[in-house]
Amino acid sequence: MVGSDVRVYKVVKHFGDFAALKGVSLEIKKGEFFSLLGPSGCGKTTLLRILAGFETPDQGQVFLNDQDILPLPPNKRPINTVFQNYALFPHLNVFDNIAFPLKLKKISKPEIISRVGEMLELVHLKEHAFKKPNQLSGGQRQRVAIARALINRPNVLLLDEPLSALDAKLRQQLLVDLDEIHDAVGITFIYVTHDQAEALGVSDRVAVMNKGEILQIGAPHEIYEAPATSFVAEFIGETNTLEGTITRVEEDVVYIDTEGLGVVEVTAEGQWQVGERVIHTIRPEKIRITKERPSHEQKDDNVFHGKVHERIYFGHQSKFYVNIDNGPLFKVFKQHVNYMDMGPLIKWEDEVYIAWDADDGYIVQKVAP
Amino acid sequence: MNKQRWGIFYSGPLTFWLSFFFLIPIGIIIYYSLMSRDVFGGVKHFTLSWNAYASMADPSFIQVLITTLWISVLSTVLTIVIALPSAYYMARSKNATFLLLLIIVPFWINFLIRIFAWMAILGTEGFLNDILKFFGVVDEGIQFLYNPVAVIIVFVYSYLPYAILPLYSTIENFDFSLLEAARDLGATHRQSLIKVMLPAIRPGILTAVLFTFIPTFGAYAVPQLVGDKNTWMLGNVIAYELLRNRDYPKASAISILITVLTAVILLVYLFLQRRSSEIEKKGLLNE
Repeated sequence: MVGSDVRVYKVVKHFGDFAALKGVSLEIKKGEFFSLLGPSGCGKTTLLRILAGFETPDQGQVFLNDQDILPLPPNKRPINTVFQNYALFPHLNVFDNIAFPLKLKKISKPEIISRVGEMLELVHLKEHAFKKPNQLSGGQRQRVAIARALINRPNVLLLDEPLSALDAKLRQQLLVDLDEIHDAVGITFIYVTHDQAEALGVSDRVAVMNKGEILQIGAPHEIYEAPATSFVAEFIGETNTLEGTITRVEEDVVYIDTEGLGVVEVTAEGQWQVGERVIHTIRPEKIRITKERPSHEQKDDNVFHGKVHERIYFGHQSKFYVNIDNGPLFKVFKQHVNYMDMGPLIKWEDEVYIAWDADDGYIVQKVAP
Repeated sequence: MNKQRWGIFYSGPLTFWLSFFFLIPIGIIIYYSLMSRDVFGGVKHFTLSWNAYASMADPSFIQVLITTLWISVLSTVLTIVIALPSAYYMARSKNATFLLLLIIVPFWINFLIRIFAWMAILGTEGFLNDILKFFGVVDEGIQFLYNPVAVIIVFVYSYLPYAILPLYSTIENFDFSLLEAARDLGATHRQSLIKVMLPAIRPGILTAVLFTFIPTFGAYAVPQLVGDKNTWMLGNVIAYELLRNRDYPKASAISILITVLTAVILLVYLFLQRRSSEIEKKGLLNE
């Protein structure tokens, strides 16, 4: 059986009265870059600590290559961790930190030197081998932690918010490095983060968690474009959610009467009944914003009029907050595709039209009436 | 400019304190140790003599020196062996504040009274013998006092808090996630403690060793009260020379010896510590 590598089955974990994990199950394929994404306190770190062996679940099973690993202590599991705070040994230099697992195994000196050398090359730290952790920058420490976790040649590498302590630019760079390392070593990576951009950027698949449960598992684009719940839709990226009642269903087009905005058209597969209450979402970057009413040559199924409440300029795009007439506040992102792509300039308090295709909207879930 | 003018006010009191209560007394002791003794105590001034130092070659004095060394080294080792797990437990305990209080409580009682308490426990009519008699282990009281074991017990008891407190503060600051990292990387629980925790809390251990070794090395009251002639330590010899023999130069010379030996031990330890980290570095660079 090549397919499944890590299998978590109905894992439950309580801390006192607090239910950290409420029966979580998932399967992670060999060599996959898998992310556990969720807000703090969602149980993702607890799940990671159970995989590493630092916590024991109250119920459930955890398999690695079809072997039950729960009875094994952390040091007997072929799983290594990159800790959030790096957890480098302060009294050892870079070389000795990375060599630590090998020295425990009493591996011969020449082999230690060659293997640590390989690792230092992989993480580009050869010239810093004899520095102590406190002489390194945050990004360098992070790479030492990764090298140290990989030197044992584990089956699975766990990464616990490994980039959270770094600044945004460095995070981007390390994310690319991490992806390259993953390609180079080819083992399973399980990446815990609360940052959706990190998770979407590098993962093969993402599991979105909240309150001890997995809400959705899927490829990054599935999670983003077809969120399973309104929590997922709002947690991943930014979105406009509208709640309403279905008034008409025509083949694959659904008409939803939303509060304050009126009827919204959306292309939706599946069985939808007139009278059902649903949550509809439209991503801000899929909405067009214009001063003139869009002509009917363009395929804009949903057009609304409003006033710009706020405009924030980011360089590559602008974020508009548009107050729909007698309706909700809408987020609209306008990408600046061309040089000085500002005009016709839309300013604060300007009257505007916003428009989007029925194909771009999405019905997230039903709501209990 | 302004700062410089005020500087003397900040450094003045400390300078005064150190010179009057530290440097000048040491100077007097050094001076006394180099003079010849006067008949009824005191020294004959400005009569340079090495007699006090020469008398240290006496075999009976060397015996005292050896006794002092082994008693204080053994007491220090035992103290650290007990203090380390205690401090570790306290640092991890939820009731750390209460446990700290328990460690500090004995300081509310006078040091001598605590020694007398031990005499009441270990004596022939003491508490320990009462228990042994109650269980019928012995009929007659055994003398637990006036031997090296009693001296070491009271030393360990007395200096345990001084060892626990610095150890507790370093262990409390220790990042326990490092132990998890070590476990994750393949270390057993014991290996993680020895290879990661011990090196990280080394400064605390050093402080605890010094806080225990230095006072026991110069101790006087404990061997005087619970020891016998086999546990005569340097402090007892100083007291004897000063009060009975009235040989001021010899008492001063032994004081200087204690100070110098303590300083040498300190320097050797610091030197070894620095040396060992340099050797490691060199070895790896050659690899």
